[in-house]
Amino acid sequence: MKKSLSMLLAGAMLLGTLAGCGGDTAADSSQGGSTASGNAFKIGGTAPLTGNVAIYGQAVQNGAQIAVDEINAEGGDIQFDIRFEDDQGQTDLATNAYAVLKDWGMQLSLLSVTTKPGEAIAPLHFEDRIFALTPSASSTAVVEGKDNVFQMCFTDPNQGTASADYIAEQQLGTKIGVIYQTDEVYSVGIYEKFKEEAAAKGLEIVAEESFTTDTQTDFSVQINACRSAGADLIFLPIYYTPASLILTQANAIGYAPKFFGVDGMDGILTVQNFDTSLAEGVMLLTPFNADATDEKTANFVNKYREQFGETPNQFAADAYDCIYAYKQALETAGCTPDMTAEELCEAMMATFPTITFEGLTGDGEGITWQQTGEVSKSPKGMVIENGAYVGME
Amino acid sequence: MQKFKQYARTKAGRDTLISFGIVIVGFVVMQVLLAMGMVSSLLEGLLIPICAYIIMAVSLNLTVGILGELSLGHAGFMSVGAFAGIVASTCLSGTVGFAPLRLAIAIVIGAVCAAIAGVIIGVPVLRLKGDYLAIVTLAFGEIIKNIMNVLYVGLDGAGLHFGLLEQGFELDEEGKMIINGAMGVSGVERLSTFVSGFVLVLITLFLILNLINSRAGRAIMAVRDNKIAADSIGISITSYKLLAFVISAAFAGMAGVLYALNYTTVTANRFDFNTSILVLVFVVLGGLGNIWGSVIAATLLTVLPEVLREVGDFRMLIYAILLIAMMLFNNSPLKQRLLEKRGSKQMEKVSEKEGA
Repeated sequence: MKKSLSMLLAGAMLLGTLAGCGGDTAADSSQGGSTASGNAFKIGGTAPLTGNVAIYGQAVQNGAQIAVDEINAEGGDIQFDIRFEDDQGQTDLATNAYAVLKDWGMQLSLLSVTTKPGEAIAPLHFEDRIFALTPSASSTAVVEGKDNVFQMCFTDPNQGTASADYIAEQQLGTKIGVIYQTDEVYSVGIYEKFKEEAAAKGLEIVAEESFTTDTQTDFSVQINACRSAGADLIFLPIYYTPASLILTQANAIGYAPKFFGVDGMDGILTVQNFDTSLAEGVMLLTPFNADATDEKTANFVNKYREQFGETPNQFAADAYDCIYAYKQALETAGCTPDMTAEELCEAMMATFPTITFEGLTGDGEGITWQQTGEVSKSPKGMVIENGAYVGME
Repeated sequence: MQKFKQYARTKAGRDTLISFGIVIVGFVVMQVLLAMGMVSSLLEGLLIPICAYIIMAVSLNLTVGILGELSLGHAGFMSVGAFAGIVASTCLSGTVGFAPLRLAIAIVIGAVCAAIAGVIIGVPVLRLKGDYLAIVTLAFGEIIKNIMNVLYVGLDGAGLHFGLLEQGFELDEEGKMIINGAMGVSGVERLSTFVSGFVLVLITLFLILNLINSRAGRAIMAVRDNKIAADSIGISITSYKLLAFVISAAFAGMAGVLYALNYTTVTANRFDFNTSILVLVFVVLGGLGNIWGSVIAATLLTVLPEVLREVGDFRMLIYAILLIAMMLFNNSPLKQRLLEKRGSKQMEKVSEKEGA
C-alpha cells in the first residue's frame, strides 16, 4: 500500500509540474522569448540548446536576445519577438523544432545554428516560403538552389581557401599537417577546399589525419603522425572542444608546432578546465574580434559579459548581426508586422542583395549578399596572445 | 459473428484485434483531424517517424520478446535499409515516375539488404548459446555506422559508382553524388507519406502477428522457453532463431527506408547506439512479446519529447523522469493489483453468463 501511495504521489507531483509549465503561452520566458508590446515581427530559429554543441546554440540565442532587447527598448517602428527551439544539433529534431516555430506563426527565420540541421530544414523554408538568414550554418548546400535562404557566416569552402591563402601569404609554415573530423560536414567541407588551394599555392601537406565523433578523446596517434612527418604547422578545421584536447595532448608529448584554426576554434578560451596558456600563439580566422575597440563591439561585449558572464564568440556576434541586418532590410523594404511570411519573404529576397550592412563581423567595408544567399565579407586573422584574441597583421 | 466473438476471446485473437484496432482508429482519427485542419504542423511532421518507430518496435519485439534474444544493434539494420532505399529511389527517379511505386520498390530493396545483413550476422552467432547476439549486434551497429561514414556512392550516365574510404571515382557532368561519405545524403526526394506509413504498419502487424500465431511462431517461442525441450521434440533451434532474426532485420530495413525518405538529409550518425536503445526502450515499456504494447509505447515516446517542448530547458529531464516513472509503474504491485481486479471482474462476468 505504501509503495502504491508513493507512486501516486510522485505521479501527482509530476502532473503538477507539467500543468504549471504547460500553461505558459507559446512565447514562454524559459525559452528566452521576449515579447514586445503590440505588433512585432516574429523571428524564430532552431538551435542546439542542449547536447554536444549546446555552447553554439546558447551563444546564438544570447547574441540574438541582446540585439532584440536593444531594438525593442529603442521603441522604433520595428519590434521583434524572438523564439528559439532546441534541435540538439540533429536533423530530425530540427525538423520538429521548425514545425513548432511554424505553428507559432514565425514570419522570419534564423534557420539553424549548426550546418547539418540547416541543410535539413532549408528545403522546408523554401517550400513554405519563409525567409531565412542563418547566423552560422556554413555549408554551401544550405543555400544552394534555395532563393530565400541567406547566410551571415562565410561558407566552408570560403574558409578553407582563405586559410590556405593566408598561410601561404604570411609564410606561416612549409610543412603542414591537418587533423580533421570525417563525420562533420563543416570540417570536411573546409578541409577539402583547403587541400585544393594549398596545392595551388604550393603548400606541402605532409600529414592528413582524421577522427570521428566517437574517437574525439584521444589524439595521440594523429599528433604523433604529424610529428613524425615533420609538420611545422598544424591546420585544425574543427570545433574547439577537440581542438583543446589536441593542444593539451601535443603539449604533453612536448610537440610545439604552430596551430592554425578556423571559426570553430573561436571559443577555445572559454573551455572549462583548459589551460589557456597552451593556446598562446594559436592562430585562427574569424569574422569577429571581441577585443576590437570600436564602439559597437565594445558595447556588445560589455552587455554580453554583464548578462551572461563570459566573452562572446563569433556565433553570438553573427546572431546579433542577423537581427540588425533584418532590421535594416525591413526598414529599407518598408515592411510591417502584419504582412504574411510569404510577403515578407518576397520583400526580403528583393532587399537583401541590395543592402550594405555594417555589423560587428566583417571589416570596415560592410557586409553584402549575393543573389544566391552567400555573404561577402572577409575573415580576420587572429592570434591568441596573453589569453586574448589579437588582430594579426 | 459467433466465430468472431470466439476468436476475440482467445488471447491471440484479442491481441491481434487490439493491435489492428489501435492502428486503424489512430489513422482514421488523424485523417479526420488532418482534413479539418486541426493538426499542428509539429504533429503532422511526427506522423511518419511514428509509423517508422512503430515498425521498428514491433520488429524488435519479435527478436527480444518472442525469440528471447537481446539485440542491441537494431538501428544498424535500419541504417542499411535507409541507405539502400535512398540509393534505390534515386536510381529509379528517372525510370519510375509514379512516386508510391518507387517508394514500394525502395522499401522492398531496403528490406532485402537488411535481411542479407541479418543473415550475415545471424548465421554464425545464433548457433551459440548465451548473450553473444547482444554483443555482436552492438558491434554490428557501430560497424555499419562507420562503414556508412566512409561510403561514397554516385550516379551518372554510366551507372552507379562506389567508393570506400575516399571518393575513388569521377562523375560526368550529369552525375550526382548519392551518399557522400560522412556528409551523408542530402537533397533526397521526400517520398514517404502518412498513408504509406500506415499501410506499412498494417503489413508489418499482419505478417508478424500471423508469424507469431503460426506453427513457426510456436516453435520460436518453444526455443525461447526451453532450448533443450525444443531440441528434443525435433525443432531445429538454429533455423528458427535465424528465421525470426532475419524477419526482424528485414522489417527494421523497411522502417529505415520509410524514415529516411521522410527527410531531405540523412547521416549515418542518426542510426547510432542511442537509437537502438531507444527502440529497445519502446519494446521493454510496451511489454516483451506484447505487440500492441510496442505500438503504444513507440507512439507515446516519440510524441512525448516534442510535447514537452513547452517546459523549456527541463524538457529532457522531465522526459527521463516520466520514462522512469512509467517503467516503475509497469513493474509495480499497483499495476498487478489493477490487472487482478480486472481479471476477477471478467471472471465474474463469464460465470454470470454461464450461470444465466
